[in-house]
Amino acid sequence: MMERLKKRLRQLKQYPSVIIGLTLITILIITAIIAVIVIPYEEAVMLWRGGAVWAESPRNARPTYVDWFTRDDLPRTDVIDARDFPEYKTMESMNGVKEFEFVLPYDFQYDGFPREFNLFFEAEYEETRPHVSVMIRTPDGREFKTDDFSIQRTSIRRLGQLTELRRQAGGLAPRIGIFRDPDYEDHVPLKGEYEIIVSGFLFEEDADINVRAVSYGQVHGFGGTDHRRRDLGVALLWGTPVALMFGVLAAVGANISTFIISAVGVWYRGFVDAAIQRVAEVNMIIPNLPLLILVGMFYSRSLWVMLGVIIIKGVFSPAIKTYRAMFLQVRESPFIEAAESYGTSDKRIIFFYMLPKIIPTLIPQFVTVIPTYVFLEASLAVLGLGDPVLPTWGKLLNDALGEGALYMGHFYWVLQPAFLLILTGLGFAMTGFALDRVLNPRLRRQ
Amino acid sequence: MDQQFNVPDVETQEPDVEREGDSGSNLKRIAKYFGFRLIALFITVVVAIYLLILIANMGGAVDNIRMGQIRENVGMQMMAMSSEMADWPSERRREYEEQLVEQERRRLGLDQPFILRSVYYLRDAITLDLGRAEQMTSDAGSRRVQLIILERLPPTLMLMMSYFLIMFFVALFGALFLSRRYGSKLDKLVVVLAPSSAAPGWFYGIFLILIFAAVLGWLPFGGMVAAPPPRETHLYALSVLRHLILPVTALIMGGFFLTIYNWRTFFLIYSSEDYVEMAKAKGLSNRAIERKYILRPTLPPIITSFALGMIVMWMGAIILEQVFNWPGLGRMLYEAIGLFDVPIIVGGQVIYAYLLAATVFVLDILYALLDPRVKMGAGAGGNKQ
Repeated sequence: MMERLKKRLRQLKQYPSVIIGLTLITILIITAIIAVIVIPYEEAVMLWRGGAVWAESPRNARPTYVDWFTRDDLPRTDVIDARDFPEYKTMESMNGVKEFEFVLPYDFQYDGFPREFNLFFEAEYEETRPHVSVMIRTPDGREFKTDDFSIQRTSIRRLGQLTELRRQAGGLAPRIGIFRDPDYEDHVPLKGEYEIIVSGFLFEEDADINVRAVSYGQVHGFGGTDHRRRDLGVALLWGTPVALMFGVLAAVGANISTFIISAVGVWYRGFVDAAIQRVAEVNMIIPNLPLLILVGMFYSRSLWVMLGVIIIKGVFSPAIKTYRAMFLQVRESPFIEAAESYGTSDKRIIFFYMLPKIIPTLIPQFVTVIPTYVFLEASLAVLGLGDPVLPTWGKLLNDALGEGALYMGHFYWVLQPAFLLILTGLGFAMTGFALDRVLNPRLRRQ
Repeated sequence: MDQQFNVPDVETQEPDVEREGDSGSNLKRIAKYFGFRLIALFITVVVAIYLLILIANMGGAVDNIRMGQIRENVGMQMMAMSSEMADWPSERRREYEEQLVEQERRRLGLDQPFILRSVYYLRDAITLDLGRAEQMTSDAGSRRVQLIILERLPPTLMLMMSYFLIMFFVALFGALFLSRRYGSKLDKLVVVLAPSSAAPGWFYGIFLILIFAAVLGWLPFGGMVAAPPPRETHLYALSVLRHLILPVTALIMGGFFLTIYNWRTFFLIYSSEDYVEMAKAKGLSNRAIERKYILRPTLPPIITSFALGMIVMWMGAIILEQVFNWPGLGRMLYEAIGLFDVPIIVGGQVIYAYLLAATVFVLDILYALLDPRVKMGAGAGGNKQ
């Protein structure tokens, strides 16, 4: 038996689809392991909750690799932190009032405009707020200057919201008005050394201030970002272990139990068999997805609860009929009769005589069915019943479709999780199909 | 549906068994068979719905629906009586309201133990009498769950029927075609493409929208009819047809290659039977052999496999409707999730249970028409499930 199995496994090598399938699965498993190591569970959940963590990443930016395929050099996100360069900061103190000036150089060499341009202030003071004004000097010497404003301990000034800059830029959004080359009719960015000059007064002896200028890119991270500035890379990476785990656990839980139950039914016949059949029929009428919706609505949306329901629902799946038909044939075989005649126990006959006979059909079935569950998780997420905290591929799709990503042209948002889903699907399906042909060489399905 | 795999002693179904004469008793037998199947299915549906009610009620949902209904009715009653109660203090009015609610609660049996109540729920659920939706309304403005569901049913049925018909015939003839060309390049291509069915229809739908709506702009992004809907009937139909193309294609893509691959395998199994060789030896034409000796015995297992596929497809369509903005039952469920509209969700379960049962029943009929054993009453044992 083992020898034969080994021989068959050796045959597998002749099938290119197995090689491709197994390679895909291996890559996915490695990715999953890396994901869990690089971003621990708590951190993934925390990052995906979003908020201030992502203040410095752009909204709806495309993935960085897009830049490799475009002729233009698309702007990345650049952060100029005055704290890293003490030489940018000058401070003069007189009569308890401190005058400060930051000169932040920004070498802008991209072919596109930044998506946004924000200044982050961090100030230390007791009572009186510091006064600040900002001036941006372009390489060709134009100057854009804001009015004075006072800042709190942590403040964000968005260039786009400063009306005086918009006025000076001739009504254009500052990110375009400031960075465009005035010699051209069209909006062409002017490359060169920009200077962001932040000056103002601190009114207390111990007060201090720091500033960080962030120019938001049109491309960001290896996965791009979504409408809430979250890095899609986190979800793409973390979706892998979630999808694999969900698919494999559901397939194992649902299929193996179905398998055993149908063997038990066939062996005991009569009432047990009939009862199992009836339960399977009722189970078939209970709609799967609506049931999960029900559970998601009334009990919990947690991935684990869903997994449990899927497994319970899968125990008496219609596949029972398929297995039953196979077992009916096995049950009539002479070796079962022989086992019975020398008094083998029921349990032993079921587990050691009947089950192993059908395992070759089970293995491919099992592998082929994994993607179904991976997609089921995505389906639930697309319905808005995804796990509340975990980042998954399905939730990315749901966000993207909900935000009209296809309509707005944010294709990367949909395509990346879809691509990973299809990779997972193909990996398992190709392996399963080839296994099927190797392990069950007669045109099977009977 | 256990006939699927007792791939039979095919001799018994050799297709020449058209017995003349006793068609009357045949008809009676068929009617009896359907009667039994219908009753069995109905019992199955009842049990399934009862289970759903148990599950829903453990979250307290069904009770809440009922209480909500009562409060609304009492509120209406109070409104009608408002002139009489105008000079009552609010305290007394509230007391009276509570009294009415309590009365109504007792009248409807809500104070009874759950086991009894669940039977009432079952009755209501089976007749889809689920009261009023909390947020959603039908397009005609009604709040009744029954009306909302019935309004959403036709688009879903249209979508799924188009899909089932197209898929069945395309896959059937495709599979037959491939089985004739076993081992050809096309055949190998289908074998290679079979794993594509790992992804469900809605998933391909996203790509179809991306390509044909977003990039090429040939077909609409979603919906069932252009906005505003055309007035002329033929233009309206045309617009619906245009909107139907992408979702149906997506559904078909979700199972196409796997189905063709499986069915072709069925055909191959049956075309290697001895009686086919025999027919060839007799010199029958290829067409006759195909129709009488291959297609006929292969159809029952094909229909069974199609049935299982259909049951999965009903579920897949829920998301597909969401993706394509198709105003059917799936979209209704999706909206109900967003609004936490409990009556609609419970109603959705029931209607889908009915749809699944109806699917099984229709396939039973087809099966009976195609499988001579049912007609002859010979293999009736095999069909009593």
